[in-house]
Amino acid sequence: MARTINSMLRWRELSVIVVAVVLAIYFQIANANFLLSNASLQNLSQFIAPVALIACGEVILMIGGEIDLSAGMVYALAPFLMYFLTRAGLPAPLAIVGALAGAAAVGAVNGMVTVLLQVPSFVTTLGMLFLLNGLTLTISGGTPVGVDASPTLAFIMGRGGYAEFVWAALVVLVMHFMLRNTRWGLHTIAAGANPVGASEAGIRTRELKMVNFVISGALAGLTGILEAFRISSIDPTAGGTHIMFLAVAAAVIGGTPLAGGSGTIAGAMIGAMVLGILNDGFTLIGINAFTFDLILGGAILVAMLCNILIGRYRRRMAVS
Amino acid sequence: MTHTPIAGLRAPPTTYAALDGAEPLAVTDLLRAENIVKTFGPVTALNGVSLRLRRGEILGILGDNGAGKSTLMKILTGYQPQSSGKLYIDGAETALRSVDHARALGIECVYQDLALANSLSVYHNIFLNREILYPGFHILNNRAMRREAIRCLEEIGVYIPSVDAEVGALSGGQRQAIAIARAVHARARILLLDEPLAAMGAREAALIIDLILRLKAEGNMSIIMIMHNYAQTLDIADRIMLMQRGQVTYESDARSTSVPELMTIVRREYQHFQTHKESA
Ligand SMILES: Nc1ncnc2c1ncn2[C@@H]1O[C@H](COP(=O)(O)OP(=O)(O)OP(=O)(O)O)[C@@H](O)[C@H]1O
Ligand SMILES: [Mg+2]
Repeated sequence: MARTINSMLRWRELSVIVVAVVLAIYFQIANANFLLSNASLQNLSQFIAPVALIACGEVILMIGGEIDLSAGMVYALAPFLMYFLTRAGLPAPLAIVGALAGAAAVGAVNGMVTVLLQVPSFVTTLGMLFLLNGLTLTISGGTPVGVDASPTLAFIMGRGGYAEFVWAALVVLVMHFMLRNTRWGLHTIAAGANPVGASEAGIRTRELKMVNFVISGALAGLTGILEAFRISSIDPTAGGTHIMFLAVAAAVIGGTPLAGGSGTIAGAMIGAMVLGILNDGFTLIGINAFTFDLILGGAILVAMLCNILIGRYRRRMAVS
Repeated sequence: MTHTPIAGLRAPPTTYAALDGAEPLAVTDLLRAENIVKTFGPVTALNGVSLRLRRGEILGILGDNGAGKSTLMKILTGYQPQSSGKLYIDGAETALRSVDHARALGIECVYQDLALANSLSVYHNIFLNREILYPGFHILNNRAMRREAIRCLEEIGVYIPSVDAEVGALSGGQRQAIAIARAVHARARILLLDEPLAAMGAREAALIIDLILRLKAEGNMSIIMIMHNYAQTLDIADRIMLMQRGQVTYESDARSTSVPELMTIVRREYQHFQTHKESA
């Protein structure tokens, strides 16, 4: 018994799971249609998927005490890259790969400026945020365009009802496994927890950080492309700071501290679920549009606080 | 990496003031540094430091804050290159390229800041950057690392409640022991310890001193140890070296000096430095 409790307390994601379950039960009681109808589940999955995908990138950066504020703008830019590559005559799959490469390149620039010039990533990616927004608006002329690809490809890339969620789930599984069970993951956490110490142990912390910026950029690009396929339209004002801050909030709710040193991908996924449940739950209950953000914001704060408090309790118990 | 200590060859208790190149290289010198200079922009952290480490001995380095002790360590571990001067390992001149290079030559260091990642488990810390992986992949073999970590801690006689515990939750002495275990497990033959007893209570210090002496007694390891406490150093070390303002100001066999003598030297050097500064 004591052993099971102990091993449960070791489980980092426990506290955010508690928060998510309590919220789900509450909304299920308040509105019987909340979870049990297919339509609202699909809706929920479409809210969660992009937040979780971008949060994966934010988590690996936040572990190192960094952040990518430009993720939402990479999200907007990538589908336009895909669009122009298709227009230039590239087949759709190659255009997708090209757009992902472009998104990764943005991450590489973020990483290089941050690491080599030792500029805080808050500053680097804030600049990149405005720069990419301007770039996307310029190349698009400010107007949305359509997506052209074969129905099968479109279905796989987000058109299918749960396609984007499947992508998110796959990426979360892979990233969670990599962070926990590979050398890269272990070094990412070590470099975040003790940058000087990690490099004294021979870990190439600078290269590692740059790689993680590239991953973050590529994931943000992938998210933008999936969303474009889902809504069959490429909108230059899509994404932006809103989706990026939701992703950061999901990471924090999930148990990744902004100060770095540790982090969990699965936690961020559940954090995204918490945000989705709050968002859909309040919508279904039918809250006044003006008070919606007020209540949602308050609920996000409470969710973060709960998780931090439960997490603190968990650590204290695990030690003694 | 395999190394057999030369049995019966113990360092003669000599003092030597200067290491001029003409002096023949003693076979017992495992590590030798000659005239190491290290500058950081306008700061001269090391100003011509020479040292020798003989097989199987413990060399204690004493000195004020900012004397350059940690800087010297970081050069010996390949963490940073010297500005000038030479290093000899096993009698051969060696330019250390990286921490990994130094590790491959059997040099391991326990840094002043311990280089531990608080949010990682004990066993992950022991294997940091030398992980056991499944062949062909970069996937961690956690089970093997756990098993090895438990064995290694047992072997050096250190008790840690659980190798799964996050290192951040452990005491100073336990953390120091884990950092030493990491170096020992790597089969270090030259072990560098930067203030292993810093900020430690008497009982924890005793644990670490005991561990250091046991490692020495096993005979496979030569140790350089940076210390602040004179009495402790004279107790543990075979030879001591005093560093001040980037230079070695005194060296002696540990048995032929005493705490008062060392204090006198430090005070005299300090006064000399003061008058020198005033007249300049
Ligand atoms: N990376 C660096 N950049 C600039 N100056 C440095 C650097 N590392 C060390 N120094 C300087 O070199 C000098 C020696 O520092 P060092 O850390 O080697 O001293 P120490 O003898 O280990 O002192 P302590 O007992 O406080 O640990 C100090 O003046 C320090 O400020
Ligand atoms: Mg020091």
